[in-house]
Amino acid sequence: MQSQHTIRNFDEELRFLANQIGGMGGYAERMVDEAVSALVSGDTALARKVVLDDAFLDEKEREIGEKAVIIIAKRQPMAADLREILGAIRISGDLERIGDLGKNIAKRVVAITEARQPVRLLRGVSSLTELALTQLKEVLDAYASRSAEKLGLVRDRDEEIDAMYTSLFRELLTYMMEDPRNISACTHLIFCAKNIERIGDHATNIAETVYHIVTGASMPPERPKEDQSHKVVAPVPTELSR
Amino acid sequence: MTDTKTRPLRNLLLAARERLARHGTVLAVSAAACLVLDLSLGGSGLGAAIAIAIIVPIALFLPQKTQGIQPEERREGGGRRMETLLALDLAAAVHDPLIFCDANGDVVHANEAASLAFGSLAPGMPLQLKFRAPEMQNFILRIMEGGAGPFGIDYIERVPVERAYRVSATRISDGSGLFVLLFKDQSEARRIDRMRADFIANASHELRTPLASIAGFIETLRGPARDDAKARDSFLQIMQDQTSRMARLIDDLLSLSRLEVKPYGKPTEKIDLRPVIGGVRDALATLAKDSGVTIELDMPDEPLEVLGHQDELVQVFENLLENACKYGSPGGRVIVSAGKPVEGLERTVTVTDFGPGIPEEHIPRITERFYRVTVEKGRAPKGTGLGLAIVKHILTRHDARLSIRSKIGEGSSFTIHFPAPNHA
Repeated sequence: MQSQHTIRNFDEELRFLANQIGGMGGYAERMVDEAVSALVSGDTALARKVVLDDAFLDEKEREIGEKAVIIIAKRQPMAADLREILGAIRISGDLERIGDLGKNIAKRVVAITEARQPVRLLRGVSSLTELALTQLKEVLDAYASRSAEKLGLVRDRDEEIDAMYTSLFRELLTYMMEDPRNISACTHLIFCAKNIERIGDHATNIAETVYHIVTGASMPPERPKEDQSHKVVAPVPTELSR
Repeated sequence: MTDTKTRPLRNLLLAARERLARHGTVLAVSAAACLVLDLSLGGSGLGAAIAIAIIVPIALFLPQKTQGIQPEERREGGGRRMETLLALDLAAAVHDPLIFCDANGDVVHANEAASLAFGSLAPGMPLQLKFRAPEMQNFILRIMEGGAGPFGIDYIERVPVERAYRVSATRISDGSGLFVLLFKDQSEARRIDRMRADFIANASHELRTPLASIAGFIETLRGPARDDAKARDSFLQIMQDQTSRMARLIDDLLSLSRLEVKPYGKPTEKIDLRPVIGGVRDALATLAKDSGVTIELDMPDEPLEVLGHQDELVQVFENLLENACKYGSPGGRVIVSAGKPVEGLERTVTVTDFGPGIPEEHIPRITERFYRVTVEKGRAPKGTGLGLAIVKHILTRHDARLSIRSKIGEGSSFTIHFPAPNHA
């Protein structure tokens, strides 16, 4: 978008795509934020609203996809323009998934708040969300300013999210072992935490797409990402530890 | 006070000087004319001298006419300056974030306060990409659709630090089609509201446990343990520990709340960390001695400057060193080390202890509020669970990061990464 095209219209079409992404991004950020605050405060009305909101993102993703196809067919773009359009398709896909994950959290609110949960359980989830949302905001800001500077840092933060998720997983496991009545709420909470962790992954995906749009190269591949929760086993209570 | 008496005279002289400067050429020419006239008429020049002596005072002090005109002239000059005043200079003088955008919703110019608050806002960047909250999207659409404005809206940013703005947009009425977006910071009022709610929730939740235990001990002391001197002593000791913990908890809650209410602004003052850390070490000398720990400093020779608020940085190092002394006491020593500052690279300071270390699964979460690494039974938790939360909060405000490494049995190290203080 730095250089002007002879056909002014083309610029405007690209602009339109980018702005749609901005709108989707804001919507997705808001959905995740609201879903988790509904979870923490036990606000089922807010949760229902979030579930309904998701339709908007689905619609937008479809719209962006169609628009992108039309632009490609009509203009046959190359290089930076093509990257821009492909990037828009990919990012809109990631944002739509983020919306789905937010919706999924909202759906679980009713089940979790049925019995009042100790604040302690929810604190972990809300600080995990804060990390994921900061990450999402940073990549979308990078998309807005077309700068690849901070993207490496975003990836570091994804590791933080993974580590925190693993720790949360372990904690929820202990609660379930303490009292079987916690099992249903904690299982739902584990899914919520997993969803948030996935949101972090989608943000990392977006970071990679933005990097590609800006530089034309793909991000250096060192990515030892993975949460460790698949290795966590519940400690078996033995006679000794009693 | 003597000034009042001399002022009229001074004013008169000042006015005279000004007029002399202004009418200097005219006076000189008329003096020369008088002289030439006088000499050509065969005079000795005395007549001319007398004429000049009469003209000059008249020119200097009499003409009230020009004096009346003068202020008006000055005002007109000032008006001309107002008209040519650059919008950019005006924007730079505004302390609230201010953005000029065109009818397409693209940034034309953002003042310094705006880039400080929202990060880089290069000309040409679409506002819709930067301000993505749904209500902001609608707002920007309304601007793009035309309409003279003014519009107003509330805009809230949640992460990384909560901020709330009242945004207003007005079209500039000169036909350029430009809009001005002005962001008024409303965070403080909002934060005070939240702080009150949070404080009550946290205080009631966290104080309940120690209160319950104290109530239990009192009951026991009045009942079964009434005549048991030994039990009474140990119970009273426990009660005292609990009350001092409650006091600490309230202190920590208050300082956290105070931090949250403070307006968000990137620090612009350069602070040398060496005296800060040295001061903290001296302040904690007693605690270190009680814990059987020596604090060693390993600082570079040159100033270790970062952008920061002095008091807040003191609190960061106080909390980190206090933790290191408390939890790392078996190690016997605590090291604070800083690398040589390199131009343009981040500054790092590391606090290392040689205590029992923190289990891996707790590390990502120890900066959470009230999160405590579970201790073995029979040992009361030493901290309030807020120390590191405060550290993290302050560091976020400084745009700095905290990284934690720990190995069971070998100790832990807390490293702070400050951004390079280049943009001062």
